[in-house]
Amino acid sequence: MPMIDMDWLRDHVDVPAEETYEDLARDLVRVGLEEEEIHRSQVTGPIVVGYVVDATSEPQKNGKTINWCHVDVGEQYNATDEQGNKVPRGIVCGAPNMAAGEKVVVTLPGSVLPGDFKIEPRKTYGHISDGMCASERELGLGDSHNGIILLREYGFTPEEYEALQPGDDAMALLHMNNPLLEINITPDRGYAFSYRGVAREFHHSTGAAFTDPVIALREQAPAGHSGDAQHDLDVQIEDNAPIHGVVGADRYYGRIVRGFNPSAPTPSWMRRRLTRAGMRSISLAVDVTNYVMLDLGQPLHAYDADAITGPIVVRRAGEGEHLTTLDGVDRALSPEDLLITDSPDGNRASRVLGLAGVMGGLYGEVTDNTQNLFIEAAHFDQVTIARSSRRHKLPTEAARRFERGVDTDLQAAAVELAVQLLTRYGSGEGSLTPVDVNNTSRMPDIRFKTSEVARLTGLELGINEISDILTDIGCTVAGGGNGEFSVVPPTWRPDLNEPCDLVEEVARLVGYDKIPTVVPAVPATETGLTLAQRRQRWIADTLAQYGMVESLSYPFVGSADFEAFGLNEADLEPVSVHIANPLAGDRPYLRRELLWTLSTTVQRNLRRGINNFALYEIGHVYLADPQAPAIPALPGGVKPTEEQLQALDAGLPDQPLRVAGVFVGKAEHDGWLGGSRDVDYTDAVEAVQRIARRLGATLVLRQYAASEAPVSWHPGRVAQVCLDNGTVLGLVGELHPRVNEALGLPAHSAAFELDVTTLLAALDDAPVQAKPVATYPPVRQDLAFSVPATVTAAQVEQAIRAGAGDLLESVELFDVYQGDELGEGMRSLAYAVVFRSATKTLQSEDTDALRAAIIEQAQALGAQLRA
Amino acid sequence: MAQNAQDATFDAQALTENVTEGIAKIAQADSSEQLRAIRTQYAGAESLMTQASKAIGSLPKEEKKDAGKIVGKLRADFGRAYAAKEAEVKAAEEQAALAAEAVDMTMPVERKPLGARHPLPALMEDIQDFFVSMGWQVSDGPEVETEWYDFDALNFGPDHPARQMQDTFYVTGNNTKDAAGFVGSNMVMRTQTSSEQVRALLTRGVPLYIACTGRVFRTDELDATHTPVFHQCEGLAVDKHLTMANLKGVLDKLAVAMFGPEAKSRLRPSYFPFTEPSAELDLWFPDKKGGPGWIEWGGCGMVNPNVLKSAGLDPEEYSGFAFGVGIERTLLLRHDINDMHDLVEGDVRFAQQFVMGE
Repeated sequence: MPMIDMDWLRDHVDVPAEETYEDLARDLVRVGLEEEEIHRSQVTGPIVVGYVVDATSEPQKNGKTINWCHVDVGEQYNATDEQGNKVPRGIVCGAPNMAAGEKVVVTLPGSVLPGDFKIEPRKTYGHISDGMCASERELGLGDSHNGIILLREYGFTPEEYEALQPGDDAMALLHMNNPLLEINITPDRGYAFSYRGVAREFHHSTGAAFTDPVIALREQAPAGHSGDAQHDLDVQIEDNAPIHGVVGADRYYGRIVRGFNPSAPTPSWMRRRLTRAGMRSISLAVDVTNYVMLDLGQPLHAYDADAITGPIVVRRAGEGEHLTTLDGVDRALSPEDLLITDSPDGNRASRVLGLAGVMGGLYGEVTDNTQNLFIEAAHFDQVTIARSSRRHKLPTEAARRFERGVDTDLQAAAVELAVQLLTRYGSGEGSLTPVDVNNTSRMPDIRFKTSEVARLTGLELGINEISDILTDIGCTVAGGGNGEFSVVPPTWRPDLNEPCDLVEEVARLVGYDKIPTVVPAVPATETGLTLAQRRQRWIADTLAQYGMVESLSYPFVGSADFEAFGLNEADLEPVSVHIANPLAGDRPYLRRELLWTLSTTVQRNLRRGINNFALYEIGHVYLADPQAPAIPALPGGVKPTEEQLQALDAGLPDQPLRVAGVFVGKAEHDGWLGGSRDVDYTDAVEAVQRIARRLGATLVLRQYAASEAPVSWHPGRVAQVCLDNGTVLGLVGELHPRVNEALGLPAHSAAFELDVTTLLAALDDAPVQAKPVATYPPVRQDLAFSVPATVTAAQVEQAIRAGAGDLLESVELFDVYQGDELGEGMRSLAYAVVFRSATKTLQSEDTDALRAAIIEQAQALGAQLRA
Repeated sequence: MAQNAQDATFDAQALTENVTEGIAKIAQADSSEQLRAIRTQYAGAESLMTQASKAIGSLPKEEKKDAGKIVGKLRADFGRAYAAKEAEVKAAEEQAALAAEAVDMTMPVERKPLGARHPLPALMEDIQDFFVSMGWQVSDGPEVETEWYDFDALNFGPDHPARQMQDTFYVTGNNTKDAAGFVGSNMVMRTQTSSEQVRALLTRGVPLYIACTGRVFRTDELDATHTPVFHQCEGLAVDKHLTMANLKGVLDKLAVAMFGPEAKSRLRPSYFPFTEPSAELDLWFPDKKGGPGWIEWGGCGMVNPNVLKSAGLDPEEYSGFAFGVGIERTLLLRHDINDMHDLVEGDVRFAQQFVMGE
């Protein structure tokens, strides 16, 4: 983004002498030009003007020739001889342009140059070099490293040069100690990509006097012509494929400069300004076009007038056309690209000179021998340029300005400034018969009710105040009856189209700080979090209270993740969401399971030496449907039809919310209490049960036959978690040993993953209907069954509940036992069953009957009561 | 005494000596066990005192009264001595028992590992609660979103320069041509929670006051200040008569809720396609490193008429404001966190500092 040099800014606006770069940043940010950074000088002195008293060439054995010089750097900095007299410093300099009698820039010991290059006295080629004569590149002033800076060539007037004294501060002289303010420009403010625009904004912020340089230049510029009147070169705009009906170029202004001296150097002040703006100095002709662009905001292009043949035709590219752009890249052109072409040998529009508004081509460029220049200043369609710049990945300075919108009435003035600079520094003469094809349309006339200012901002302003502000930003304001103006924005503000745009201009110039502060009264509607939103929080809190730590992982996965979980990429690819431009090429998909990415967080903790922990994550997974319909492209600013709205959503992947957990290491801390144990499936099951209890949900576990268990899980230690209607919510158990090994997790690491979206949707929103609390005494009965191993504990418990009926208060499995005396394939399950009646004290005949009923139910499962 | 001496079965002197001996033994006793044995010996069923009591019945009528008095007094003397000593011994015994059970209470007891919420979702819940307290509702939309909701409906046309500045993750899918002629799926990872604006306007209608907290995605590599997956809170209010003054009112309150009573907000001009006028939201941060100052917190503005039109609303009748703040940024500032890595890496030690919230 643009660098603002206060020295340059002062060309157009009266910046107070005491203004610091901090002040400048503050003043510009107030009107919306945001500070990116204040760039401080990377150079510290002393760096001074030196006068070369003598320079002796000394050829060296290595083939180089050095100069042993004595340089007068003034009384303060000169060396002291044995007699205590001040004498010039001895300096070794390898530059070929070093000569006695020159005034040069000397970096004295103690200075630091860019790249933390410290200058110290050093012994070299048999001398002590007590300082360094610097080149532009060494000082960060430019690219030139052909020799040292000779101040004689630095654009001073003879009087100024004469006045330069040894020991003068060269940092101030060359602006080396000046900071730069880098600002960010929002996409609506194309005009602020110029000193002209920034100066205007500084005026808006501070009231400092601003002179628009374009006004004078426009008057000085000769009128352009096209058609029958005499003009430099024929130009034709011929757009057979406008985008959105907008012709690619609506203005083309061009002017010839004859007799230009191609070897004239760019003045040092211009080189300095360009370098500080971040541009390389190339040649006077190119530097001037860049300088005018930075100063006024109009991109210019300079052609070798002798190399091109009229008419110039601005047209779209044909199929299959190519262009080698200035950067040497051969580019296949799109029929949407707008081109500048010329017409050699009578073949109209046959030769491509450049990609309009983006980058020129190799042919037709200004060369070292160019004596006649053709300067182009055009106005191109924002969308056309934006698309070409995007298509060819060429975000050039010109494209950046055209795609944001260039002033439609700037072209003649910009060329005039360029011609003035070219003729002043490179001799030559500007033509008085420019070509100008001008089809620009008038700026829109906005009907502006001044009451909009108060309606949208709460600012109560007088009608005159509003009118004055709009006039100051360059609008033509007419009318005013009934509080309504007719406002025509200035030609450099294509972003002003609607009343709300003008409201923003008024508000920002008045100052957003002047807007009152009022908390809005919200109408009473249904308020508060929904039950589902609260329940989601309950899940998170329950797991944290259970001792688990919440974490969030990136949702990106790839083949390595699938492989670790024993899954096949070919199976998952069609049902996974793909990122077209992933950050990591090996993780181009979005997760279908939280565990795939949560496990990477587990790994990271393990790698950091944390061994005993449980993590959980609540987040979305993304389930692509390969049959999903395409999503339509619809315009903004128009409400879509119901069918269109449905089509938008129908193409999106299903994105349910999930909760998952992983347990590794010890379930309880090791320590002096003893009794620690390793985690296993029970920790995961308990987590699921706690969620169920907290939500009042009934969740049942359905165990797999070992051969049908999902591949990522321990086949004997995994179960589906289901709603009581059978809907599967997810899985709980231990990860497969191969998965643990692949991920580097300890054996028996446990996990669960549940679909929260489905779970919350299944829950009842009705309040709990409470039962009266029974006050009669409980009766406990212990029952131990010998049960075939194929029967689950859940089945036995269900049998007990069925047999006991309403009088059952609780069932607790208190002992599990396997032993030879039970017989092969059998185990013993012992239950403590508690009965209680709400209406009477239970008698032994009551409990005997209940016991008998339970035993009968259990027998149906093949379970026998043990004696 | 002479009268007593006449009766062999009631020997007052012997009894008195016996009980005095018993009381003396009580004084010597130092355990409950000894005390109980002394009581059995001197006041139990076989004791002289019990026999003397029984003997009173057979005494002549005129002697009964005095004998009774003597026995009664001796029994009472014995009882008092016993009770006093018993209390003393029991207290000593209790003290000894408790001393034997004393432990070092400072030994660490951490049977279960410490659980914790992650501070990001916890902060999002705090922010939701702030808006709920003002009578707003909380809403959320899909993370894989259509380009229409993420861009077009928000006045980012296909050729809008800002659309290119969002560093969007594009999602492949069944391709169609977008309005600019570029082939795409018209799906993206949402770049902003603003994608919920038009969804909420269409599904909930007006007046609308909603906060939307959630995950958003941009193609920034993870470093100390950036993360490709991050979180925002979007606020949107659309009603009749809402102005920028109302926007400032809400933002000031939010600043105080998040950063304490000294916090305040400031707006400065900026640009967003979906708001006009637009502003950057700065926060006055008293705890800023190097002294209190303004720092960037988010973006905001009055809802652009084209956004209202995307939802079928008349911009001359309705107005509204919208704002977005980064949750990560808020958290980094509040808790003096210097590196984004700590927020995204899921190290349990990071979250455990926050435990159940803040």
